[in-house]
Amino acid sequence: MNELSPPLPDIAAGRLDAETLAGNFSDLHPPLEGHEALVEADRCYFCFDAPCMQACPTSIDIPLFIREIQSGNPVGAAKTILRSNILGGMCARVCPVETLCEEACVREKAEGKPVKIGMLQRHATDSVVGVREHPFTRAEPTGKRVAVVGAGPAGLSCAHRLAMLGHEVVLYDARPKAGGLNEYGIASYKATGDFAQREVEFVLSIGGITLETGKRLGRDLDLDDLRDMYDAVFLGIGLAGVNALGGEAGEAAGQHDAVAWIAELRQTLDLSRLPIGRRVAVIGGGMTAIDVAVQAKALGAEEVTLLYRRGREAMSASRYEQEIAAARGVHIRCNLSPRRILAENGHVRGIEMERTRQDEGRLVQTGETTLIEADQVFRAIGQSFRLEGVDLEEVGVRTEDGRIAVDEERRTSLPGVWAGGDCVAGGEDLTVVAVEDGKRAALSIHAALSREAPGFLARASQTLSGLVHGRL
Amino acid sequence: MADLSTNFIGVSSPNPFWLASAPPTDKEYNVQRAFEAGWGGVVWKTLGAAGSPVVNVNGPRYGAIHGPDRRLLGLNNIELITDRDLEINLEEIARVKRNWPDRAMIVSLMVPCEEEEWKSILARVMETGCDAVELNFGCPHGMSERGMGSAVGQVPDYIEMVARWCKQHSNLPVIVKLTPNITDIRYPARAARKGGADAVSLINTISSIVSVDLDNFAPTPTIDGKGSHGGYCGPAVKPIALNMVAEIARDRETYGLPISGIGGVTTWRDAAEFIALGCGTVQVCTAAMTYGFKVVQEMASGLSEWMDEKGYASIEDFRGKAVRNVTDWQYLNLSYVTKARIDQDLCIECGRCHIACEDTSHQAITAMVDGRRHFEVIDEECVGCNLCVNVCPVEDCITMERIEGTDPRTGKPIPAAYSNWTAHPNNPMRKEAMQFAPEPVTLPEPAE
Repeated sequence: MNELSPPLPDIAAGRLDAETLAGNFSDLHPPLEGHEALVEADRCYFCFDAPCMQACPTSIDIPLFIREIQSGNPVGAAKTILRSNILGGMCARVCPVETLCEEACVREKAEGKPVKIGMLQRHATDSVVGVREHPFTRAEPTGKRVAVVGAGPAGLSCAHRLAMLGHEVVLYDARPKAGGLNEYGIASYKATGDFAQREVEFVLSIGGITLETGKRLGRDLDLDDLRDMYDAVFLGIGLAGVNALGGEAGEAAGQHDAVAWIAELRQTLDLSRLPIGRRVAVIGGGMTAIDVAVQAKALGAEEVTLLYRRGREAMSASRYEQEIAAARGVHIRCNLSPRRILAENGHVRGIEMERTRQDEGRLVQTGETTLIEADQVFRAIGQSFRLEGVDLEEVGVRTEDGRIAVDEERRTSLPGVWAGGDCVAGGEDLTVVAVEDGKRAALSIHAALSREAPGFLARASQTLSGLVHGRL
Repeated sequence: MADLSTNFIGVSSPNPFWLASAPPTDKEYNVQRAFEAGWGGVVWKTLGAAGSPVVNVNGPRYGAIHGPDRRLLGLNNIELITDRDLEINLEEIARVKRNWPDRAMIVSLMVPCEEEEWKSILARVMETGCDAVELNFGCPHGMSERGMGSAVGQVPDYIEMVARWCKQHSNLPVIVKLTPNITDIRYPARAARKGGADAVSLINTISSIVSVDLDNFAPTPTIDGKGSHGGYCGPAVKPIALNMVAEIARDRETYGLPISGIGGVTTWRDAAEFIALGCGTVQVCTAAMTYGFKVVQEMASGLSEWMDEKGYASIEDFRGKAVRNVTDWQYLNLSYVTKARIDQDLCIECGRCHIACEDTSHQAITAMVDGRRHFEVIDEECVGCNLCVNVCPVEDCITMERIEGTDPRTGKPIPAAYSNWTAHPNNPMRKEAMQFAPEPVTLPEPAE
C-alpha cells in the first residue's frame, strides 16, 4: 500500500451533481425516433425462415414486426411481438441481442452491421406498453385456478398466458413489488422511467390475475397447500442465493453482494444519497458484474476495476457489454483470481489477487499476487438456487445441478407442478428465456387442464390456433 | 476527355443536359443560376398567349411517392404553364440568351389551336434570339381542359396541323413535345414528322393520382378537401419514357427523327440510356427540383468518365447504339437457355430467392441441404426467369448463365441455332421462312 493513499475507507454519497447523475443514469440507448425507425426497418430483408427469429428464445416473428413498423403500423408490430413475448418491452431493453437475434441477422454476415432489432422492438412495444389498452382479450373462463409463485419474468409470462387462455391466476411474490429481476436486478439505465412497473401493470391489465406480494414459498406458502388449493402450480422463483467467494472473506464492512446492491440502487429514490467508494473492485465476469461496475462509475466512483479470473473471451458478459463498460471508464482486468480480502479497522481496504493463466482450457493459479486497493468490493460471481423452508426433493420435486429439473414442457417431477426461469436447470439465466419458460409452462398447464375437462379440448385448441394465427 | 457537346437540329449546347420546361426554367433568376451550374440548355417554361396570364391554384401543387428514407421516387404536379406576364418572359429570354450565347435556349409554347394565335406568338418569340421552340402538347391537367396541352397531343391531326403552322410562320427549328397519355406513341410522333417538325421530345408527364389522403379521403395534393389528377414524373416514370423513345426510334415512319429524351433522368446513367436509344439531348426537371441545379455536374462527369472508359469521343459515337437491339417478343431467341447460379461465397442466406421462387414461381431453389440452411438452384425446375436475381439483396450474388447441351428441365437438347416464335411449331401463324433474327432493319436514312 502506498503511504500517500488517502485514509480508507473513502465512501461517500453525492459525489456528482444532480445533472451529471441524471445524465449518467439516463437511457443507455435513446429510443429511435419515428423516421429513424422507418429507415432502420427498411434495412430488414424480410428473410425467409429468418435466422433472427430462430435465434430468439421466444421465437418472435421479427421480419413480420419489422415490416409492420416499416409500413407505419407500430401497434400491429407490438402485437406481433407481444403475442410471442408479453415482456417484449423489457426484452427489447435488456436482451443481449448481440448474441441472439442481431448476431443471426444476415446483415451481420453481409456488412457486420445487423438490423437494430432490439431498438425496433422497443420502438414497437413503446407504442403499446403503458400507452394503450391491453391488446389481447381473455378467452372464456375455464373455471380453473392456477398458482404462480414468483412474479419475475417467468411468472409474469406464465400468469399472463394462463389468464389469456381463460384461467384464474393468483400470482405470489416474496418481495413488495412484482417484476423480479426486471424490478430488482437490471441496471437502471437499461430500463428508465420505472419501465419495469409499467410493464407489470400492462401484463396484469389483461385481467384474471390477482397479485399477492410479500408471500414467500417456504415461509408464507406451502407447496402442498398450493397443490390442494389450485388446479396447477407454477414455480418461477428465481435464484435467491448468492455464490460465496472462495477463501477468506471475513466480516469486514465494505463487501457487497452485487445482486443485493443493484436491488438497493433500483429502489433508491434519490441516487445522490447512495454512498459509493472512491475505489471500487468488482469480482466477476457476467452481466451483473458489468451492471455493478458501470453503475458504480455512474454514481461517481473514481476507479472501478472489474476483476475476472479467466480471459476476456471466457466472460459471460458479451463483447458488447464489455465495450459499454470500457467506454464508461471501467477498467477490466482479466486472469486475476481473488485470494483474500484485506481489511483494516473492520473495513475492507483492498483485495489480494492471484494471477492465473489458461493451460489447455484449465485455469492455473500462478502463485504470483497483486494488490488492488478498494473502498468497496462487490461480488458478482453468480447466483444459486436456494429455497429456505422447503426441501424440494423431499416433497417430490427432483433437482439437477442444484436447480429444479423440468422437461420440455417445463413440468417438474411432481404432478401438477411446473417451473421455469432461473430456478430451473439448464437455462441461460436470461429474461427472454424465462419468458419463454413461463409461456411454455402455461401452454402445457392449459393442455393438462383441458384434458381433464370434457369438451374443453375443442375450445382450447381453437384458442391455441387463434394464438398461432394471431387472431387473439 | 470525351466531348459532351451536342448539335441537335442545329441547336448547339456544350453538353446534352437541358432543363425541361417546368418551374426551374420559369424565370431569369433560375435560368441564370442553372447556366452558372453548368446546364447545356434550357427549355423555358411554357409561354401562353399575350393578355391575362394563367392562374395557378394557391394551395399545394405537388404530390410525391417516397422511398423509405424519404427519397423522392415520383412527383406529380397540378401546375399550369407560366403564370408570369408574356412580355416579362420574352424580355428575360432575350437577355439570358444574349448573356449565354453558347447555351441552348428553347422556348416552350402553348396557345389555343388557332393559326393566328400561333403565328402571333412565334413572331414575338423569334425576336428573343432563342434557338428553337418546343410545342407543349403534353400537359395533362388544367390546360387540357381548355383544349390545349395533351388535348392536342392526343389528336395526331392537330399535332400535324400546328407543327405545320409553326414551320410556316417561323424560321426556328420546331420540337414537338409529346404526351404519354395515349395508347400508341408512334401515331403522334408520325404526325409531328408529317407536319414538318424537326424533332420530338418526350415524355411529358403522365396523368396520375399519387396518393389518397386516408384521413380526409381526397387525392393529394389536396386543395380544400378536393384533389385533381396531376402529371407524374421523376425516376419512377423512366421505364415508360424509355419504351416510348425506343418505339419512335425504331418505327419505320419516324426512324431518324431527332428525339430529346425526357422522363426520370436522374443520373448520368439514365442520360446515357436515353442517348443509347437515340436521343440527341436529354431534358431534366425532377432531379433538379429535388437536388438543385448542381446535379448537372454529376451527370456531366459521370457521362464523360463512362465515355472515356468505353472509348467514345463524342455523344454521336454511341447515340442510338441500343436501338437495333430493341425488337418484338416474337423475334427473341428461344434457343437461349439460362439457369440461375448462386455464388455461395456472396450468399448471406436471407432466403429471399428461395421464398420468391417457392411461393410465386417454379420451386427451383432449395432452402435446406443436408439439414443446413442452404440456397441452391435446382436446374431441373429452373426456367431461367431471373426473379431470384431481382429479389436478391446482394449484387452479383445470383447471376444467369447460359447453358448448352440438354436442358435438365425439359430433358431435351437445346438447339444450337437461333429460333423464334415465328417459326415455332406451337405457333398457328408460323412462317417457315422467318428462321432468322431480323438483322437491324435497314431503315430509311433520317430525313434531315
